[in-house]
Amino acid sequence: MSTETRKTRIFAAIALAIAGAAFALIAVGGLGENLVYYWGPTELREAGDRAIGATIRLGGQVVPGTIQFDPKTTHLSFEVTDGRERVPVRSVGVPPQMFREGIGVIVEGTMTREGHFASERLMVSHGNEYRAPKEGERVDVEALIRNAEPPGEAR
Amino acid sequence: MIGFLGRALVLLSLLAASAGMVCALAAGLRRNDAALAWARRLTFVFALGMLGANLAMEVALLSHDFSVQYVAQVGSRSTPTWVTVVSLWSALEGSILFWGVVLGAYVSWATWWMKDRHPEAEAWITAVMLACGVFFAFLIAGPAHPFAPVPNPPADGPGPNALLQNHILMVLHPPMLYLGYVGMTVPFSIACGALLAGRLGPDLLRSLRISLLVPWVFLTIGIVLGGWWAYEVLGWGGYWAWDPVENASLLPWLTATAALHSILVVERKGILKGWTLTLVLSTFLLTILGTFMTRSGVFNSVHSFTQSDIGPTFLVFLGLGLVFSIVLLSAGIGRLENEGRIRDPKSREAAFLVNNLLFVMLTLTVLLGTVFPLIVEAVQGRQISVGEPYFNRMAVPLGVALLFLMGIGPALPWGRASGKAALRALVPPVSGGALVLVVGLALGARSPWLLATLFAGGYALYVTLAEMWLPLWTKARAGATGEGLRLLFGKGRRRFGSYVAHLGVVIVLVAVGASSAGRETLDVSLARGESARLGDYTLTYLGAHVVREPHRLSTVARVQVEREGRRVAILEPRLNQYPTMRESIGTPDVHSTLLEDVYLSLMGLSDGGERMGLRAYRNPMVIWIWLGAGVIVLGAGLVLWPSRRLALATTALPRRREEEGAEGSLEVGG
Repeated sequence: MSTETRKTRIFAAIALAIAGAAFALIAVGGLGENLVYYWGPTELREAGDRAIGATIRLGGQVVPGTIQFDPKTTHLSFEVTDGRERVPVRSVGVPPQMFREGIGVIVEGTMTREGHFASERLMVSHGNEYRAPKEGERVDVEALIRNAEPPGEAR
Repeated sequence: MIGFLGRALVLLSLLAASAGMVCALAAGLRRNDAALAWARRLTFVFALGMLGANLAMEVALLSHDFSVQYVAQVGSRSTPTWVTVVSLWSALEGSILFWGVVLGAYVSWATWWMKDRHPEAEAWITAVMLACGVFFAFLIAGPAHPFAPVPNPPADGPGPNALLQNHILMVLHPPMLYLGYVGMTVPFSIACGALLAGRLGPDLLRSLRISLLVPWVFLTIGIVLGGWWAYEVLGWGGYWAWDPVENASLLPWLTATAALHSILVVERKGILKGWTLTLVLSTFLLTILGTFMTRSGVFNSVHSFTQSDIGPTFLVFLGLGLVFSIVLLSAGIGRLENEGRIRDPKSREAAFLVNNLLFVMLTLTVLLGTVFPLIVEAVQGRQISVGEPYFNRMAVPLGVALLFLMGIGPALPWGRASGKAALRALVPPVSGGALVLVVGLALGARSPWLLATLFAGGYALYVTLAEMWLPLWTKARAGATGEGLRLLFGKGRRRFGSYVAHLGVVIVLVAVGASSAGRETLDVSLARGESARLGDYTLTYLGAHVVREPHRLSTVARVQVEREGRRVAILEPRLNQYPTMRESIGTPDVHSTLLEDVYLSLMGLSDGGERMGLRAYRNPMVIWIWLGAGVIVLGAGLVLWPSRRLALATTALPRRREEEGAEGSLEVGG
């Protein structure tokens, strides 16, 4: 192998390594900025200010008597609870048919400085596995969030 | 009874595959033709056993034999017959059984088709194929076990997942995806055979290319049908959400596409052999990883997948496959001599190399985003997911770069190009890019990435169309139009077909760009007779009615769609209530035109049907995604259509082709 080809090879290897490192940096950076956290009201409260601006999937049960819906503007507000903490949620849009008091829901959005959760997406927990907890029992937020995902079997 | 028969047939397959694998290994080690002949026979026995077991399951499903576990799990007397037939692949155990019959079909096709073609590698190829057969037969006989007897058979079953009953596309989508996934076993085996034999000649390369292209076509169809199904059924107005199940099907498609391109460089220049085989091995491993991820329930929770033995078994198989591939590559790659190197960054082979790097970067990006939540949950026990913005931010620039490269690569010559010649080839297509860009601007495109997509798409379109018709054009100018046409569909058909496929890719990517950048959403609650506006459409709620079917109860809303005072359509989005499901599942209704879709999802009804919650979308150009995919498949079909001349040449003169080289790759005038 001549020195020239060796030089080009070394040059190519270095260029490739730099490009690869840059790519990895961008990928990992992009990953960190776009994580979606799966939290219940308790975790959300514990996170404090970190919850403001972060993308969160908040799971909980709709507190009876807190649902307010204006059909004209489609503004919706309600509170979710895991049996311990409560978080007020606001969203715009018609909720799904199943949405009602006491049902498990997952809202995706972020916490605002004003102290309410701004939801961009509302999902009702489905699947036959999930059962509503009894009075006073703590809500299994994890199971609830899991059941809100489209069933994997479907595709 | 039928359950017993099914079990016996699965065990027969397992035995045949194991014995065949041993014979093939013996044939490979000792060059024993008698052992190879037995390995071939046993391959067919394996396939027949799998076919029989699948038929047995269909009989059990259709006769509602609830003493068979899988039937008790997914069967129901109230479902329509077509749903009963397709419920073979509606749940985990059945789909693995179905995988078995598809594998059987592929390995017998490969065995029959490669018989005596590759004396140096055939035994190894057969051994690897049957090793995969052993794994799946074992999986069906043990961990998955769809034929397990039910001690106290129920009188009726729950029926398959309601989402699967909701649309006819569900009949087609899973088989296509399996035909894609499972088919990757054959190129994987050929790649292993080449590494074990230490040789990748033109003949073996041709088999590798064709055996990769066939499942690639099915995988393409499967992915697009999956998107189409999501669009028509799930009701959120889109077709792709970067969800792990979707990503799992995209990953092997990306590496397979890269391999299909690098194979061309191997054919032409004799370089990138080891790299190409690496891509083929990765493709197979990614199909197994994808199946593991989607079929083991690991995405519900890392900790729940051990509830079934299927997940861990897949993980072990994946680990073995990975170790085997790495050992094989590190031992065998040095024996495959490269016959040259890339001399000029302005050459077509350099463009192919960049194409491959981009595809690999895209694969790594998607893989990282898909697997990362699993790692976090396994290590830290926290539940997170990676949001769509990550995937879009990473994939959109890479996708646009690939689209642009689709214009640059074919315009450049093989070997060396002078700077002037390269400029002459690369400048004129800019007019195509500019034209499409102007059309897009006129139609209202504003987002920077969409504009970049339109320019790159137009550039690639120009080059593709020019290259596609070049042979015809050159001949026609010499006054021999007939000869030119024969060239396109005869000797140059592979080249022509490839450009048709490129044309399809341009259409799909531009449509994806337009539909994601130009989407409009509306959320309203309407009283009967009330209207709302979506872009230049007026939507009026006409009322709702109930439709009773044996397996479901549907509430159907009627919505009138008007544009400039003229009625365009009456759409009927609905909510379906299945007896076995707690809550109702919506089915959207879509009005498609070549320019845009109006897509309506019924959110709910209240006040006894007097008021309706509606989500409406205006999605530009979505129909072109499905049409473009059709063009891709058409192009691949043109490439694959068996040529009589080639078939004759290979059967009559099996030895000669080694020297002849890859004649299919004739580049006419390019």
